[in-house]
Amino acid sequence: MMRISASRLTIERGGRTILRNLDFTVDAGEMLIVTGRNGAGKSTLLRALAGLVPLASGALALSPSSEESIAEQAHYIGHADALKNSLTAAENLEFFAALLDLGRGGLEPYAALDSLGLRHVADLPAAYLSAGQKRRAALARLLVARRPIWLLDEPTTALDTASQALILSVIAAHLLTGGLVVASTHARLDLPARELSLGAAA
Amino acid sequence: MSVGATAPAAEGEAAPRSPLRALFIRELRIGRRIGGGGSLGVVFFLMLVVLTPFAVGPDLALLGRIAPSMLWIAALLATLLGLDRLFQSDHDDGSLDLLLMSKAPLELIVLVKCLAHWLVTGLPLVAAAPFFGLMLAMPAGQLWSVALSLMIGTPALTLIGAIGAALTVSLRRGGLLLPVLILPFCAPALIFGVAAAAAGAAVSPAPAAPPFLILAAISLLALVGAPIAAAAALRQMSE
Repeated sequence: MMRISASRLTIERGGRTILRNLDFTVDAGEMLIVTGRNGAGKSTLLRALAGLVPLASGALALSPSSEESIAEQAHYIGHADALKNSLTAAENLEFFAALLDLGRGGLEPYAALDSLGLRHVADLPAAYLSAGQKRRAALARLLVARRPIWLLDEPTTALDTASQALILSVIAAHLLTGGLVVASTHARLDLPARELSLGAAA
Repeated sequence: MSVGATAPAAEGEAAPRSPLRALFIRELRIGRRIGGGGSLGVVFFLMLVVLTPFAVGPDLALLGRIAPSMLWIAALLATLLGLDRLFQSDHDDGSLDLLLMSKAPLELIVLVKCLAHWLVTGLPLVAAAPFFGLMLAMPAGQLWSVALSLMIGTPALTLIGAIGAALTVSLRRGGLLLPVLILPFCAPALIFGVAAAAAGAAVSPAPAAPPFLILAAISLLALVGAPIAAAAALRQMSE
């Protein structure tokens, strides 16, 4: 059973303490929803989990211990969709499939786009996609390479209700197979989850 | 230049999914598409070369004498033209985060991006140089030594420029800061590049080999050092 445990995490950015002495654990099959007002440090926490922001103090541990770090086993969906405008949606995904693949399989780019309702725009340059379609194309990364940890920063931004339900079902399926999800959100995600409420920004 | 044309359908299953190979293909594709800026460097190069005779005057002997220097300076500026976006576009759209998280060493990622960038922007400059040399009344014997010196020297310019691109990755107006940071460090390549290019002239008393060898040494040094420096800068600047 995989587990992420954070003990006394403190994160500073630009000389300002964003998060102080934060403790939490996430177990396999469990979703942790990070809430808090704007500037509370939700995105920073996710970036720290992804190894993109250094910890000022405290520790992040992954058990059972593995040669691969959390970052190397995690999907990170940030604010930005990480799509190249001049490449088609399928080409973007083809690249991410190769970049993120851990040898554990995953859907083909077209199949991943199909399951998120984007088959008809798969061969369009990403520049021509709407904001919601871009978001879904970014989320399709989750499907092209199988990774146990999902770090989702506002995953349902710009999505319509039908697409939100679709994403929730994808997340639910991932949890059923023993995945871990840490998601920050303002929207309500109708899935059983623990909540980590971040206090006011220091 | 039809490298990626057959790729989308054929690649899916058969090819081993190497992250670096996929990155290389992606960079080539982006560079060749509209907005990639691949051919813009050559057009800029052409503009500088065309403007030179207007500035210097119609003295063919003088033009021929300064042609190697003009071609090298033009190539240097054309190389810098597209470099500011080398990492910045990835930073802006968020894909740099994923590259930083990748298991592949960042140094190799930088190297692959530089290689693809050079193939799309540097190699066309090398190919165009003999023709542009002709426009500057360069002696025929020198055309090939100019092209060869650019072939050896421009990789160093791209690699050194990559350090500047990494340092300015999160700055909005990094496009202006980059040349200021980088141009002083391009001076050695420029000095020996021009010396190598001029060495082909029949009148030149200097032997041809030494400047070429030193230029090659500069490129090899940049090949080893620049990816490490640029990767360290990227880790610091993109946090």
